[in-house]
Amino acid sequence: MKFLPHASFLAAIVLLAGAAGAYAADKPTDPQIAHIAYTAGVLDAKAGEQALAISKNEAVRAFATSMVTDHNAVNVQALALVKKLGVTPEDNATSKGLADQAAAKLAELGKLTGADFDKAYATNEVAYHKAVNGALADLLIPSASNAELKSLLETGLKIFQGHEKHAEDVVAGLK
Amino acid sequence: MSVVLIRSGLVALLLSASAGYALAGETTKVQISKLTFLPPEITVHVGDTVEWANADFIPHTATVKPTAASAGWDVPIPAGKTGQLVVSEIGTVDYICRLHPNMKAKIIVLAK
Repeated sequence: MKFLPHASFLAAIVLLAGAAGAYAADKPTDPQIAHIAYTAGVLDAKAGEQALAISKNEAVRAFATSMVTDHNAVNVQALALVKKLGVTPEDNATSKGLADQAAAKLAELGKLTGADFDKAYATNEVAYHKAVNGALADLLIPSASNAELKSLLETGLKIFQGHEKHAEDVVAGLK
Repeated sequence: MSVVLIRSGLVALLLSASAGYALAGETTKVQISKLTFLPPEITVHVGDTVEWANADFIPHTATVKPTAASAGWDVPIPAGKTGQLVVSEIGTVDYICRLHPNMKAKIIVLAK
């Protein structure tokens, strides 16, 4: 066994699916949605910074650079929006779960180097973006009440779908 | 005397105007919005300028990777800003955003 790329984000999906499914009436509020989306962005930017510190692979580094730049740019927009709307982002089970699992993944990847790291990071990025994009499309965007928040989430989804495809290309190039 | 001066001034103006026109070529604009080049395909002539306007809040590029046959090019297009390229080679080129390689578009370059 080389690594467990999906474990963290499967847990996140379960959390999000639970919110969407069994407790459909308890859909997340705008402050919770803002915090989940913001947290997901911060975590992936951190993962990108780790990749830039460890990887020497040109394609992996280019991808990681885009992750840091794009997720930080999205979060600048998100912070400006929550300030404008007077919304206080609210920590919740999903964002806490994402943070805990990402911390575990950072520790796991931090033990790897070279091609092992590159493959584990890129594969995890595919899984991460699939999970986050699924949550955005199926739960967070439909649940958002504020039109501007919904619009920003939709733009984010478009960007992150690009990231998912980019990550898949990186994985394919490593084989 | 003054008439002669005015005439030569006019000639100089006309010369510089025609030279400027010949050098500048046409400018074709491509919009970038939500990670999409619009239009995805343009046709221009050698010496024309392509200008990309990035409406997204993340940076993009218009990039053709170098090959044995061509030097390629790489135009940075910062968030909310524009980037330009004067096209110099006849042919059809597929370009991408280097930062988001799933963004793809095409330029057909014809002779002047």
